[in-house]
Amino acid sequence: MSRTADAGPPLSESIEPPAANDGPVVRFEAVSLGYGGGPEILKDMSFELEPGSFHFLTGASGAGKTSLLRLIHMVLRPTKGAITLFGRDTRSLQRAELPLLRRRIGMVFHDRRLLDHLDAFDNAALPLRLAGARLGDYQADVAELLAWVGLGERMNSTPPQLSGGEQQRLAIARAVVGRPDLLIADEPTGDVDHEMAIRILRLFVELNRLGTTVLIATHDEDMVARSGRPVMHIEAGMLKRFSSRGAVA
Amino acid sequence: MSRPPVNRRPPAPLLPAEDARDGALVFVVAVLCFIACLALVSALAADRTAHGWRTELRGSATVVVRPGPNETPDAAAARAADALAGVKGVSEVEALEKEKAEALLAPWLGKDLPDDLAIPRLVAVDLDPKAPASAAAMEQALKGAGVDATVDDHSLWLKDILRAGLLAQTAAIGVAALIVAAAAAVIAFATRAGLQARGDLVGVLHLAGAEDGYIAALFQLRFGRMAAIAGLIGAGAAAAVAAIVRLLGGEAGLMPVLPVAWSDLLPLVACPLAAGAVAALAARVTALSLLKEMT
Repeated sequence: MSRTADAGPPLSESIEPPAANDGPVVRFEAVSLGYGGGPEILKDMSFELEPGSFHFLTGASGAGKTSLLRLIHMVLRPTKGAITLFGRDTRSLQRAELPLLRRRIGMVFHDRRLLDHLDAFDNAALPLRLAGARLGDYQADVAELLAWVGLGERMNSTPPQLSGGEQQRLAIARAVVGRPDLLIADEPTGDVDHEMAIRILRLFVELNRLGTTVLIATHDEDMVARSGRPVMHIEAGMLKRFSSRGAVA
Repeated sequence: MSRPPVNRRPPAPLLPAEDARDGALVFVVAVLCFIACLALVSALAADRTAHGWRTELRGSATVVVRPGPNETPDAAAARAADALAGVKGVSEVEALEKEKAEALLAPWLGKDLPDDLAIPRLVAVDLDPKAPASAAAMEQALKGAGVDATVDDHSLWLKDILRAGLLAQTAAIGVAALIVAAAAAVIAFATRAGLQARGDLVGVLHLAGAEDGYIAALFQLRFGRMAAIAGLIGAGAAAAVAAIVRLLGGEAGLMPVLPVAWSDLLPLVACPLAAGAVAALAARVTALSLLKEMT
């Protein structure tokens, strides 16, 4: 029997569960970040994200949410402090180790970063393709995931042919398709309607239920309140509130 | 749980299929391959010519005979021919008559030579090409027969021809090396431009977990294939030009010094492969180097 759009998100059938970790998935120790010798955007930040945890990251525009996510994704390097990912100190990472670590992270970029010359299906399947999976092994999963985020009829369309909201959902599908150990999302529901926002949140919750650690940066107070999940709040570059199994140092 | 069948076409290439710069790049590399192939054909023809000259000179010697006070030049030449005929490595000996000797000197001294001019008598010696007699052996035989003569085994000319042949080969290798370097530089430049133009794509691939080698391979494949096509075009054009030269000029070609043979065109088959390999290597090295600078 095929899935219907009202069924749960298609995450549990085909992809291997995340590898178990003994320690926290993410650990920040007195991390600071400044750009080009300028003032620090993030200051002396310490926290841990335990495996299987689910957090929202909130704060005003410019508070440093995106910078924090980029630090976790190893796009930026901290100017001070240490970041540990999956038990690996990123300061001692060799360049060749970066791809393998990044494959364990699903990232929803605020600017989506879709590839315009690939259609929606190929965009969504990109992480699986880079990990060496064969089309025959993943085509049904990808098609089902795209249908679940409402792009079942648009999988042959390229990003320029999609609306902003469709592009956002495609970026989310790409981030979750490999069932990553860690999902970080930057304003994932910014361009979608209320109903789709709830649907996407369900997707994240289901992913989290299957073991993925989730961190979502958002301005959507309604979504935060509805989920009842712990919140990390950044104010003036500092972590002001951390309600979870971890704690602000 | 069964799911609806999905029949997707194979994944699209991660690098966009077309680029406005591709046509110009194919043209430049094809021209370089054309020049390289013509240089190769010329080098092969020059080498064959030099080889023919060497064989001819090594296979013969000339003996200049000076008659003694009490003998005629003809008698002295005949004695020299007898003495040389018994030398190992000599296959044929001919004492040239006075008229033939004068004919040989005609380009320098003219046709009507005075009767009292002492014309050296020559003996033409054909040598065994497998084991030619040495000049020393022939001189010793002449001396033993009491003939005053000088043996010219053409070694002086052979050295010049060997030097000229070596020079031609070195020049051809130099031209080929320059062209390979130029092609590699063009491909490296194109790769760098391609990577920078596709910075967004490279960034997404990196962030999605692509290794440097994987991204470099995309550019390696793209430029390797493109250069192979350009090599095919360049080699084809060069082969056409060489074939026209061969057809118009016969075995001697249009230039007697560079007689093109059909076999000279065979090595051109390797041009597309060589161009593809050089381009792929240049693209990979450049891409890996540039990717290290990118996040």
